[in-house]
Amino acid sequence: MKARIVIDRELCKECHLCVQVCKKSLIRTTTELNSKGYHPVACMENEDCTGCTLCAISCPEVAIEVYRER
Amino acid sequence: MKKVFSRPRSLKSTPFHYCAGCGHSIIHRVICEVIDELGIRGNTIGVPPAGCAVVAYNYFDVDMLEAPHGRGCAVATGIKRTLPDRVVFSYQGDGDLAAIGTAETFHAANRGENITVLFINNAVYGMTGGQMAPTTLLGQTSTTSPPGRNAILDGHPIRMSEILANLEGTAYIERVAVNSAQNILRAKKAVKKAFQYQIDGAGFNMIEVLSQCPTNWKMNTVDACRWVDEVMSKTFPIGVIKDTGKGRKDAD
Ligand SMILES: Cc1ncc(C[n+]2csc(CCOP(=O)(O)OP(=O)(O)O)c2C)c(N)n1
Ligand code: SF4
Repeated sequence: MKARIVIDRELCKECHLCVQVCKKSLIRTTTELNSKGYHPVACMENEDCTGCTLCAISCPEVAIEVYRER
Repeated sequence: MKKVFSRPRSLKSTPFHYCAGCGHSIIHRVICEVIDELGIRGNTIGVPPAGCAVVAYNYFDVDMLEAPHGRGCAVATGIKRTLPDRVVFSYQGDGDLAAIGTAETFHAANRGENITVLFINNAVYGMTGGQMAPTTLLGQTSTTSPPGRNAILDGHPIRMSEILANLEGTAYIERVAVNSAQNILRAKKAVKKAFQYQIDGAGFNMIEVLSQCPTNWKMNTVDACRWVDEVMSKTFPIGVIKDTGKGRKDAD
């Protein structure tokens, strides 16, 4: 795994900008509920994330952290 | 693995009260990233407005002094003249800056006050429920222009950035947007340059941000971001409107 993201499901307001911006379509919508009543997005577990940070830059809630092998 | 993106130090951990997808949230983060990168957190004073950003002081980890509706530039003038070594920014909506606060904004710009203004243009009065603003586009519906803004009844949308650019006192004015990752990165460069111009004593500088308001535009966030590109930026074109080059050259 070259990179990964961590989504704070409590901060997510389901605007879906990250879902749209991920070039590898790694972020998906869910039907779970957070304590504010939103359906937070989730990241699919796989090897494809490049750590490009586009999802985190687009996220209005600063709900995404990005980690990368340097 | 190394952390390559996380919350800027100057942005408190308080969750935003803004609606889902709101441009205010993105602009707050961008300003905080710039404050961190310039290393000016202990030296910066912000002025929040009346409007959706009225409690911006809950988010910025810098000193802040609330202004009455529209008076951000007047309050920022007072702070900057009293404490000239501080970096002072006023954060104002379009109803705030271009309607009730037109006079204060215009004259602060004309005096060339050495402050930075973040002008958040979402083409409506957001907080009060989506009434027509001076910046509402022709034909755009709002709660006080249900058939769409009509130039004969309501006048034309005001381009504050272009107007202020004509004044001698303004050093740098740029219009940016936060509707895509690419535009957010450009907006950050512009905000950084504006703060640098202030630090270099260049005079009045303003960044106008086209900011999506999905709630009052009655769109989902993805459509609202598209609307900024396809419609709003036709009336408010993105780009540098004035640059006197009075700031340090490496501000670019
Ligand atoms: C003196 C005064 N008049 C009117 C109001 C009511 N008011 C609060 S916010 C607002 C307009 C906000 O619109 P804008 O500046 O565009 O900011 P936004 O909420 O869209 O971010 C108004 C008219 C007020 N708070 N104070
Ligand atoms: S009403 Fe509009 S400007 Fe105000 S918080 Fe909601 S989306 Fe943002």
